[in-house]
Amino acid sequence: MSALDLEPRPGWVAPDLAAELPGLELLQVTVAARARRSPRGVRQRLWALSSRFNGARAIAMRREPVPAAYRAFFRQIGLDPDETRTPAEAAAVERLRAGGFRSRGLPDDAALVATVETGIATLVLDADRIEGDVGLRLANRRERLGGDEGPVLDHGQVLLADAVRPLGTLFGDLVDGLAIDRSTERMVLIAVRVRGVPRVIAEEALWLAAGVLTTEG
Amino acid sequence: MPELLDRPDQFDEDAEMSAAVLPAVPPSLDPATETDERAARRTLLDQIARLEGDLAQLFCTTFPREGFDWVVASPRGGPRVLPLAELERVRDALASRLAENRLQLDRRALVEERNRGRIEHMLLAPEQHKWALISNEDIGEPGCKHWHVRPRYGVLGMFLNWWRVRISSGCPLAGGRGRWP
Repeated sequence: MSALDLEPRPGWVAPDLAAELPGLELLQVTVAARARRSPRGVRQRLWALSSRFNGARAIAMRREPVPAAYRAFFRQIGLDPDETRTPAEAAAVERLRAGGFRSRGLPDDAALVATVETGIATLVLDADRIEGDVGLRLANRRERLGGDEGPVLDHGQVLLADAVRPLGTLFGDLVDGLAIDRSTERMVLIAVRVRGVPRVIAEEALWLAAGVLTTEG
Repeated sequence: MPELLDRPDQFDEDAEMSAAVLPAVPPSLDPATETDERAARRTLLDQIARLEGDLAQLFCTTFPREGFDWVVASPRGGPRVLPLAELERVRDALASRLAENRLQLDRRALVEERNRGRIEHMLLAPEQHKWALISNEDIGEPGCKHWHVRPRYGVLGMFLNWWRVRISSGCPLAGGRGRWP
C-alpha cells in the first residue's frame, strides 16, 4: 500500500471548542511502521531540504499563507508565536541554528519533512497506546494531565485527547508513555489544521509523513 | 389660554387617576440566559488574525533593518479559549505595536531616501563629500556593501583634490553544509 492509498480521517472536535474556534480540525491516519534509523534516501531528502531553506526563506515564511494562519491561531489561543514557535517556524529556527536539518531517525524525520514541506503541525504517536480516535477538547475543571500526580490544567485549555484521557496540550508537551520506542508497531500520524489552511494541505502533510515512514532501505 | 391655567386642581386629579390605572413598573430582573458573546468573540478573533497578518507583513518589509520591537504582550496559560477581555487586550496590543512600528519605519524610510540621494551626489561630485561613508544598512538594504569617498593615490590625491567613491565587494561567502550524506 502506498502512502497515497491512505485516507486521512477527521478526528473529533468537542462542539464547544468547534464553536469557539471554527476551522480547527484534526486529521489522522494510522500506519504500520517501526522506529528505526532513517534510510539514506530520507537523510538525503533532509539534506536537500536544508539547501532550499535559508535565512531569507525563514524571514519570508511569515508571509506564506500556512505559517501565517498558524501564527494568527497561536495569538487567538493565547500563545505568543515568538515565544512558543509555530511548528514550521520552530523547524526553520532549528535549521538556521544547526546549519541543516539533522536526522533524528524515524518517525521524527517523517514529521519534520511533512512540517517543512507543508507548514502543517504534524505529530506521531504510538497507535497502540491510544484508546480510540484522537480529538480536541477543552479541559474540565481541576482536570489533571497524565493521571492523579500530573499538573492541574486550567479550565478551558485546549487539549489533545483520546477517548478516555488527555494526551497533552495542543502544540505543547505530551504525557509520558506516548513516545515511539522499539516496541511500537503501529503509528498514528496527526495533522492539526487551523482556520485559513486548506484541508488538502493537511492531507498532503499526512501523505508525506506516511511516505517517509514507509520508505524502504 | 387662561381657562386651562386657572384650573390646577382638575389637572392634578387627572394625573392621580392615570397613575392609579397604569400598572406598576416591574422590578428589573437578571436575564434568565447569559449574554451570548460569541459574535463579539468571532469579530475579535478576526481582528486579531488580520492584525497579526499585517504585523507579519511589516516584519518582512522592515527586514534587514534592526531596532524594531516586535514583542506583543500575550496572556499566560495558553493554549486556551480566551475570555472577551483578554481577546480585546491582545487585539489592542497588536494594533499598538503595528502603529508604533509603522511610524518608526516611515521615519527610517525618510532617512534612507536621503542617504540614497547622498550616494548619487557622492558619485557625481566626490570632492564635495570627502571621506563620506554610507553602507547598505543606511539605505535599508541587506548585505555588507558600502560607498566610501577616498582620495585617489592616497596623500597625493588629498593634496590635488582627486577624490573618488570606492564601492566594497560585499559580504564574505558562507561556509558549506558538510558533505552529501
